[in-house]
Amino acid sequence: MGGYGFYVWGSYIVTFICIAGEIILISNRRRTLERQFSLIHDLDNKETKNETTS
Amino acid sequence: MAINWFKYSSPASFYTLAGKMIPFFVVLAIVLLIAGLYVGFFVAPTDFQQGEAYRIIFIHVPAAWMSMFLYVVMAFWAGIGLAFNTRLSSMFATAIAPTGAMFTFLALWTGALWGKPMWGTWWVWDARLTSELILLFLYIGFMSLQAAIDDPRRADKAGAILALVGVVNIPIIYFSVQWWNTLHQGASVSVNQAPAMATTMLLGMLIMVFASWMYSIAVILKRVRVIILERESHAAWVAELQKKGAI
Repeated sequence: MGGYGFYVWGSYIVTFICIAGEIILISNRRRTLERQFSLIHDLDNKETKNETTS
Repeated sequence: MAINWFKYSSPASFYTLAGKMIPFFVVLAIVLLIAGLYVGFFVAPTDFQQGEAYRIIFIHVPAAWMSMFLYVVMAFWAGIGLAFNTRLSSMFATAIAPTGAMFTFLALWTGALWGKPMWGTWWVWDARLTSELILLFLYIGFMSLQAAIDDPRRADKAGAILALVGVVNIPIIYFSVQWWNTLHQGASVSVNQAPAMATTMLLGMLIMVFASWMYSIAVILKRVRVIILERESHAAWVAELQKKGAI
């Protein structure tokens, strides 16, 4: 990079870290939500089972 | 066949539609990114004044343009949500803010890394740089304000007012290099003039602009889907999707 490597790669690397970070953050947020949903779903199923048995 | 566009203003139907659209934009973003980087690094020549350092342009300019463009889009949807009480519009505004903030940060970061070798300084308080920094604060302010209010609908309204007031900063950023004497250079690409750069450099830059555009659409759609689920978690349609395993 003609002696400018630090500046050029410093720009590109940070950009890709930001992009990767953003994607990971959204995926994590989604996964947490999915986990909550399946937990609620399981609880609901248990409740209905209990209601039918008692 | 007439398409009923209003159907998609309901979070439930938009959720499914967005899910189908995301892969399309992801593929476009990846293809354009590879093409843009190829042109930027292997086709575009070395600059006669700046040497290789100018290659920062391929992310600096797209990031700066996206930072301003996304702000306008965010304020537009926030305003629509405020005026017509449409939930999805406000969710969109909320989903755009982090991506806009990220591009603003990148414009500032790459600008600093470009400024150091070319101007001899990381930062100056000139009009272009300062107004772009204010844009970052506006994005952060919008997100913090929304996060500080528990009721999402009230958060939407408060955020919308902040976003709309902040729009005044966009023309200030854009015209700052004309209105004031700045260290930052004037526009190299404008509507009424021939671009002041080599064709391949311009081509690489424009491809990167489209890549950032596609990336933003994909990532915002992905985020808006999460926001829809978070806010509508008690709705019957979410339970229905959950049962079908189609979330």
